[in-house]
Amino acid sequence: MALLEVKDLKVRVEEREILHGLTLTVNEGEVHAIMGPNGSGKSTLSHVIAGKPGYEVTDGQILFKGEDLLEMDPDERAAKGVFLAFQYPVEIPGVATMTFLRTALNAQRKARGESEYSTPDFLKKVREVSKSLNIPQDMLKRGVNVGFSGGEKKRNEVLQMALFEPSLCILDEMDSGLDIDALRIAADGVNALRSPGRAMVVITHYQRLLNYIVPDFVHVMSRGRVVKSGAKDLALELEASGYTQFEDA
Amino acid sequence: MPAVQETVERVKRIDVDQYRYGFETLIDSEKAPKGLSEEIVKFISQKKNEPAWMLQWRLEAYRRWLTMREPTWARVEYPKIDFQDIYYYAAPKPKKAVSSLDEIDPEILKTYEKLGIPLREVAMLEGVEPKVGEEDPARRKIAVDAVFDSVSVATTFKAELKKAGVIFMPISEAIREHPELVQKYLGSVVPTSDNFYATLNSAVFSDGSFVYVPPGVRCPMELSTYFRINERNTGQFERTLIIADKGSYVSYLEGCTAPQRDENQLHAAVVELVTLDDAEIKYSTVQNWYPGNSEGKGGIYNFVTKRGDCRGNNSKISWTQVETGSAITWKYPSCILRGDNSRGEFYSIAISNGFQQVDSGTKMIHLGKNTSSRIISKGIAAGKSQNTYRGLVTAHRKATGARNFTACDSLLIGDKCGAHTVPYIEAKNSSATFEHEATTSKISEDVLFYCIQRGLSQEEAVGLVVNGFVKDVLQQLPMEFAVEAQKLISISLEGSVG
Repeated sequence: MALLEVKDLKVRVEEREILHGLTLTVNEGEVHAIMGPNGSGKSTLSHVIAGKPGYEVTDGQILFKGEDLLEMDPDERAAKGVFLAFQYPVEIPGVATMTFLRTALNAQRKARGESEYSTPDFLKKVREVSKSLNIPQDMLKRGVNVGFSGGEKKRNEVLQMALFEPSLCILDEMDSGLDIDALRIAADGVNALRSPGRAMVVITHYQRLLNYIVPDFVHVMSRGRVVKSGAKDLALELEASGYTQFEDA
Repeated sequence: MPAVQETVERVKRIDVDQYRYGFETLIDSEKAPKGLSEEIVKFISQKKNEPAWMLQWRLEAYRRWLTMREPTWARVEYPKIDFQDIYYYAAPKPKKAVSSLDEIDPEILKTYEKLGIPLREVAMLEGVEPKVGEEDPARRKIAVDAVFDSVSVATTFKAELKKAGVIFMPISEAIREHPELVQKYLGSVVPTSDNFYATLNSAVFSDGSFVYVPPGVRCPMELSTYFRINERNTGQFERTLIIADKGSYVSYLEGCTAPQRDENQLHAAVVELVTLDDAEIKYSTVQNWYPGNSEGKGGIYNFVTKRGDCRGNNSKISWTQVETGSAITWKYPSCILRGDNSRGEFYSIAISNGFQQVDSGTKMIHLGKNTSSRIISKGIAAGKSQNTYRGLVTAHRKATGARNFTACDSLLIGDKCGAHTVPYIEAKNSSATFEHEATTSKISEDVLFYCIQRGLSQEEAVGLVVNGFVKDVLQQLPMEFAVEAQKLISISLEGSVG
C-alpha cells in the first residue's frame, strides 16, 4: 500500500523554484534512498514533507496514508507518523533529554487521542530502547544534544525514532559528521527499526551509508527532479560514474 | 510562514484578557481623600492607632519627600504621575473587629480563592489556629499574611509560629506590639531619605508584613504574603521588615496580583531584610501585577525598593524573583555585605511582553572581608517590550577577598522587543575577584521546528525552550512556588506564542 505519494511537487524558496515537479511513491515496508549532488533539492524535499516553514508549495500534492499532508501543521504530521531525523540536530539547553522525550511522546499520543504514558511505563520503555542503542542513562539527563558528539546526536535521533514508532522515517544525511564506528551503531539502530509497516527515505550524498542501510530502491535527484530510479545497484553505479552524467538532464 | 514571524504575528494579537487575575472584588471600602498632605499622613497614622514616634517618623519622611525629585535614570518611559490624584489609603470596610478568618468579609476570601491562595483552605483544613503536633507532618505548611489594598486581612498559623518564637504579623500590629524591634530596625536598611519612592513609602505605608526570627531558630514553615490591589486609583505602599537574629533561618515568599484597570496604579513598596551573625534569609517573589492591555494602557507601575543587610558575620541573604507582570518595573533587590564572610545571592527571571517595560537588577555592595555574591539573571523579552538588567557590584577598599560572579542572559522572542544589560562594576581593592558573563540570544526557528517536528505545538515548544532557559533560577524557588512560577511563565508568554 502506498504510504507516501509525492505528485509533481513544485516548491519555491524566496521566489526561487527548487523542486520542479518531483514525483515519488513510497510503499509500506520499503526503504528508498535518495541520492544526488549538493543543491539538487534532497533536503528541501525532506523539509517540505516534515512541514518546515519557509517553503512555498506552488503546485503538486503530497499524500500520506491517502491524506493531504500539506494541509496539516508540522506537529500534526509528527503525530500521524512522519519523522524527520535531522542532519544537524539542535541543542536545547536546560531541557533534559528525558523531559524532552516524554513531552514529545505524550504530545503525539495526546494528538492521536491516546492516553499519556505513566512515568514508570515511560521510563521502562526508554531504558529498553536506549540500551539497545548503547545510549548511557547519563546522556538522557543532559540537556537535549548539549555537548553531545556527532555520533551521540545521531543516536539520539534514532532513539526518538524508536520511541515514537513513526510509520515514515526520513533520514537527512545521517552519515554527515560520523566516523565509521559511529555510523555503524546508528545504522544498526535504523536497521532494527525496519518493519513491514514502516517505510524509510534515506537521503545521502554517498554510497557508503547504503552499505549499512541497504535500500530497496535508489532515486537520483538532479536540479529538483528525480532523474533516474532503480534498484540498490544503482547506488554502486553512481559511486563509479559520479553525478555529472545527470547534470544536463 | 517562518516560525518566528508567526510568533511575532501572535504577539501582535496579544490580549490581556488572558490576564487571569483581572477581576474586581465588590466590597465596601473606606478611603482617605485623594492626594497627599500632612493631614493624610496623620490620618493614616491615626487609622493604624500608631504611637507618636511613628507619626513623627512618617512626617519627617513626608517633609523630605517634598524636596525630592522622581528619578529618571531608568530605561522606562511613562507619563508624569500626578501624586495628588492617588488615594493613599483604602481599607476593606470591616464589619467588626477581625479576630479569625471566619469574620473576614467572604468576598475577600473568595478573591484569594480565585487567586489560588490557600488562605481559607488552610484555615479550614487545619483550623484557624491549629494545635501543634496534630497536623499531618507530610503536608508542608505555609503561614500566609494576606494584604488587600492597604490592609493586612489575615495571618494564618500565628499560634504555631509563636510557639517557635517567630513573630509574623502585619507591620501595623508590630508597631503597637513590638515597638522596640520596629524602632530598632525600621529604616535601618532603607533609610527614609533613600530615594524618592522609598521616602514616599515611609510617609504613607499602611501595612505589610513583619517577621522576627529569634536567635538559633529555624522557622518551622515557609512564610508567605500575598498582596492584592483592588481599589481604583489606589496606591499600594506596603512595608515589609524581616529580621533574622543570630543563627536563625527563614524562607519568605511574596506573591502579587491586581485587577485589570484602564488607569495605571502605583505600587511603591519597601522591603528591608536584616541578618545578624550566621543567620540566613531566603526571600522569593512571584510578581504578577496587571501588565496593561494590548495597547499598553493600564497596568501597575511597580517602583520598589528591596534591600537586605547582611549585618552579621557569616550571614546570607538570597533574593529570588520571578517578574512577569506590571506595566513598569523598577526594582533592584540588593545586598549590603557588611559582615565578614557574608554572602548575597540574586536569582531573577524577568519576562516582559506587550508594552511592558522592565528595568530590574541588583546591587551587591561588598563591605566586609571575604564576602561573596552571585547574580544569575534571565531576561525574556517578547512583544514590544523593553527588558533591562541593571546591576552594580562594588567592593569597598576594606572588602579584601571579595568575590562576585554575574551571569546575565537575555532571550528575545520576535523582533520588536529589546533586551539591555547595564552592569556597573567597581573594585576599590586589588584582591577583589569579579566575573561577569552576559549573553543575548533569539529563540531560533530551527530549535522551534525541531520541537514541533517531534509533536509539540508551537506554544509548547516555546514554553519548553523558555523553561530550559530559566531552569537555573527556577531551581532556586521553593518547590510549590517553582511549579506555580513555571505555569506563570507559560501564561505570561501565551500572548506571544499562541
